Parts: sequence; C-alpha cells; structure tokens
Amino acid sequence: MDLDKLDHRATAPANPFAGATRLVDYWATVYRRTWKGSAISSFVTPLFYVLAMGVLLGDYVTDDPAQLEGASSYLVFIAPGLLAAQAMQTVFGEVTYPVMGMIKWQKTYFGMTATPLSVREVILGHLGFVLFRVGLTCGVFTLVMAPFGVFSTVWGAVLAFLVQFLVALAFATPIYAFSAGLKDESPFSLVFRLGMIPLFLFSGAFFPIENLDRPMEVFAKVTPLWHGVDLTRMLTLDTVDLTTALVHVAYLAALAIAGWFWAVRRLTKRMSS
Amino acid sequence: MIYASGLRKSFGSFEAVRGIDVDVRRGEAFGFLGPNGAGKSSTMRMVAAVSPVTDGTLRILGMDPATDGPQIRARIGVCPQEDTLDTEITVRDNLFVYGRYFGLPRKEVKERVDELLEFVQLTEKANASVEDLSGGMKRRLTIARSLINRPEVLLLDEPTTGLDPQARHVVWDRLFRLKQQGVTLVLTTHYMDEAEQLTDRLVVMDKGVIVAEGSPAALIAEHSTREVAELRFGVGENEQHAGKVEDLADRVEILPDRLLLYTSDGEETIAKVHERGLQPAATLVRRSTLEDVFLRLTGRTLVD
Repeated sequence: MDLDKLDHRATAPANPFAGATRLVDYWATVYRRTWKGSAISSFVTPLFYVLAMGVLLGDYVTDDPAQLEGASSYLVFIAPGLLAAQAMQTVFGEVTYPVMGMIKWQKTYFGMTATPLSVREVILGHLGFVLFRVGLTCGVFTLVMAPFGVFSTVWGAVLAFLVQFLVALAFATPIYAFSAGLKDESPFSLVFRLGMIPLFLFSGAFFPIENLDRPMEVFAKVTPLWHGVDLTRMLTLDTVDLTTALVHVAYLAALAIAGWFWAVRRLTKRMSS
Repeated sequence: MIYASGLRKSFGSFEAVRGIDVDVRRGEAFGFLGPNGAGKSSTMRMVAAVSPVTDGTLRILGMDPATDGPQIRARIGVCPQEDTLDTEITVRDNLFVYGRYFGLPRKEVKERVDELLEFVQLTEKANASVEDLSGGMKRRLTIARSLINRPEVLLLDEPTTGLDPQARHVVWDRLFRLKQQGVTLVLTTHYMDEAEQLTDRLVVMDKGVIVAEGSPAALIAEHSTREVAELRFGVGENEQHAGKVEDLADRVEILPDRLLLYTSDGEETIAKVHERGLQPAATLVRRSTLEDVFLRLTGRTLVD
C-alpha cells in the first residue's frame, strides 16, 4: 500500500441528495442479503388479505355502492384501503427497529457520519431505501389486485400506486424522528399495538368511517392513514373530488415535511451527544 | 495539521474538556495519554468533526469543523473506540461501501479494498462475515476502513483496548508501518506502553486538562528517575514500611500492593533495603515508564 500517493479525490458532497446517492451501494448490499425473506411476505401477504377480506368476507357484504362510498363490491371498496395500509405497514417495519439498530446496536450511523456524509444525507439515504421498499410492496400489491378488477381506470391505478410514496413519507419522517431519539426499544411494541394496528383497523380501510360515532369519525379523519385511504380510493374508483384530493395531499405533505425537520433535529442531537 | 487553543467540551453542566492547547505537526505520531474519563475521547470526537466544540479554537488541516465538517472528514481517517462495522455484511463489503461514502468511483474503491485487505492481513477473510472475526481482526478491519480515503491524518481512539497481547502487537506493527509511510497519527490511550511504543510526542490528560507535554523519554526524564525499585511487603504492611526506606530514594510512592522507590540505581537501593534488615516478599527493578510520570503528576494510576 502506498500512502505517499496522498490524493484528495475523496470529497464532500455538493448537496444532501448527492450525498445520499453515496449510500446506494450500502443499501443495495444490505438488501441483497435480506430480499428473499421480505420478497415472499410482500407477495403473499397482500394476496391473503385480498382473498380473505375482499373475496371471502366480502361475500357477506351487500354490494351496494351507496353504502360503500361508490364501490361496486366490498372487494373494490377495501382494495385501495389495503394498498394504503400496506404502504404504512412497510414504513413502520423499516423505520422503527432498523433505525434503532443503526444507532444503538450496530452503530452503523456513527461509521457513516465519520465520513464526509452528515446526518441529513444519512436520513435521506435511509428514507430512499424505505421508499424503494414501499415501491416494491405496493407495486406488487397493485399488480396482484389488477386481475380482480378493482381499478376503474389504468391511470387511476398508476396514480393510486404513486400516491403511496406520499403516504409512506407522511409516516416515515415522524416515526423516524421518534425512533432516532429513543434510548431503548420497548416503546416500539406500543407503537405497533396502539399506533399501527388501530390505524389499520379504524382509518376507513375496512368500512366507511361514517359508520363510526361522530367523535370517532372526526378522530379518524385526523389520522394520516384515512387521508391516504380516501385519496387512494378516489383514484381507484375514479371519483376524484379535486379540492378534497388536494387537502389530502397537502395534509400528508405537511406531515412529511414537519417530520423531516424533527428527524434531522433528533438525529443530530443523538449523534453528537 | 491540528491546532487547538482553549478547547472546551461540555455536556450539560459536566465539563469533559476544560481548555486544552494542542498543536500536532505533519508526519508525527501524537498521543493523548490519560485514564478513562480524562476527556480524551471527547477531544477526539471534536477533532473528528462530529462533535461540536463548546468553546475555544479548533482547526483541522487549517479548516474549522463548525463550518467545514464534511471537507475535513473527507481528508481524515477515524478509527473509533467502539467498532462501528456492519456485522451483517462481509469484510470486503464493509470496506467497499465505506469507500463509496467518500464519493470515490467504484473501480477505484475496489482496488483500494484489495490493497487494504492485504495491508491488514485479512485477504483470506475477505468474504467472511464480520460476525466471524476475532476482536483483533475487527480492529484491523476498522483500521483498514479508516484508510480507504488515504487520509492525511489518522485518528485512533483507544486502538488496542480490549485486545489480547498478541493482537495488540499486530495492530501496533501496522500502525508503525503507517507512521513510517508518513501518515500523521493521533491516538488516545490509557496504556503507557502503547504511548511509549507509538508516539513521538504526547500530552498527559487528567480531568479534562493537560498536565504535561513532551516526548515519552523527555517526560520520563523530567518527571521521574531513571529506575524504580518495587518492594512488595505483605498485605497491609506496605504503608508501615514506607517510612523506613524513605531516605533511600528520591521519592517513595505507596500503592495498595507495593512500594515504589524512585532512584537512579535500583539494584543498589534494594541492597540498602536488605542491609536494614527489611525482607520484602518480592522485589523488582525496572526503568521508569509513563505510568510513573502519570502517578507523579496526578497521584493516581492510569489503569485502575
């Protein structure tokens, strides 16, 4: 090894996005090691849901569009809800324990920030990987559902798929921020049981939230998943109301942005303490 | 290369570093010697441009870590106290992905990875998982990783803590080679033998301040005698015998398990002890070390 050949080709990144691309090989290496396990579950799980809830349980539900927000069958009604829930669940899995692991157990982040990369780039890289996973699981879900005739139009299916990236970010940045400041992992089980599962069950994926008591309905409408579900459903049913859709987009984007600043602050503090 | 003046680091009301002045020159091996909690690691994390300076001036390669952190980190190598290797990927992949963080092209990184695996004698382990490496091998891999950007300064925080003696010597050998190649080494240690072996110049730190500075030999000459005669009496008897031998040495230190007599000729001192009819259970004559310097300056031992 010849260290006399000092060279300064190692550089600081020009901007956070350029810096985050330097992490692509890291995440690709990690994913090559773990894709098999996650691939099976991301193919099989949506299929099970569609069959059990949409087809079999759906048999007991009257196909009345007036009761189902305009959907022609229960399957058509819950398909977009399951898609948005899939995006949410993927995010919960990727930004809880893995974030803590990279701070506390493996200390991978400490290795990364000892290089020209900074906290912003580390978060962007991690979020980029989360979006990649969301793209895969939701892409698979969309394809699996297509033969069941749940999409009114092709562009609606494409947009419904794309909207999942926004749904994902609205969850990813705040939960990431929460995880980045945690000292130990015990709160995560509460996050899943009292956060993710109730959101999944009561945010309009399985039944129109008008069926809830009025206070509960208002509460459901504040949850980010409902905004995601309603937006996705408008697109798959081709019942887009532009104003409502824009409110959904704005709400989800605001959460994602606020979460981003919170995440940068929390991780910066954690990494320099 | 590294210049610090009045450098301070506080965590809340706790002051880890309380105003230190340091000037590290190109090509030298510089050490921070001190016990755990002396402020060495806090200093290193500031120098590594990952922990903000609380007060004072710090310049690394002429740059200010507060504004040029990424530029500084591009040109230094960091070998942290705790391994931050990714245990789930292979030895080779650990080096490869790390090289990419510096913005180096893939082909270039691959070449450097092969060179570095050779240098730290891990070529045969290239495709092993990090989990399967011994402690010494992990340390060498961390050192290899810190060299991937061909750094001008290599920071090593407690490079051999937790390693067995044989593994330590392998690490020392590699670091010595780097030093010969002109890499500026900055290391912290609480092992006086490590400081003596590796550093040209060092500062002794205690409770967040520098208590002495110089080459290992100069520090020993200034703060200790040439030789030390160690006397071990029975348990609890060391202190009561101290008074009887006080006049035979320049200075006597009473440790729980032995007496240290600082003198220019240890054998002669021990002969005189025997002449007085004293019969220690064991005696030993040795040269003064940095441990003695630290004991002299702080009244405490480095490793407790």
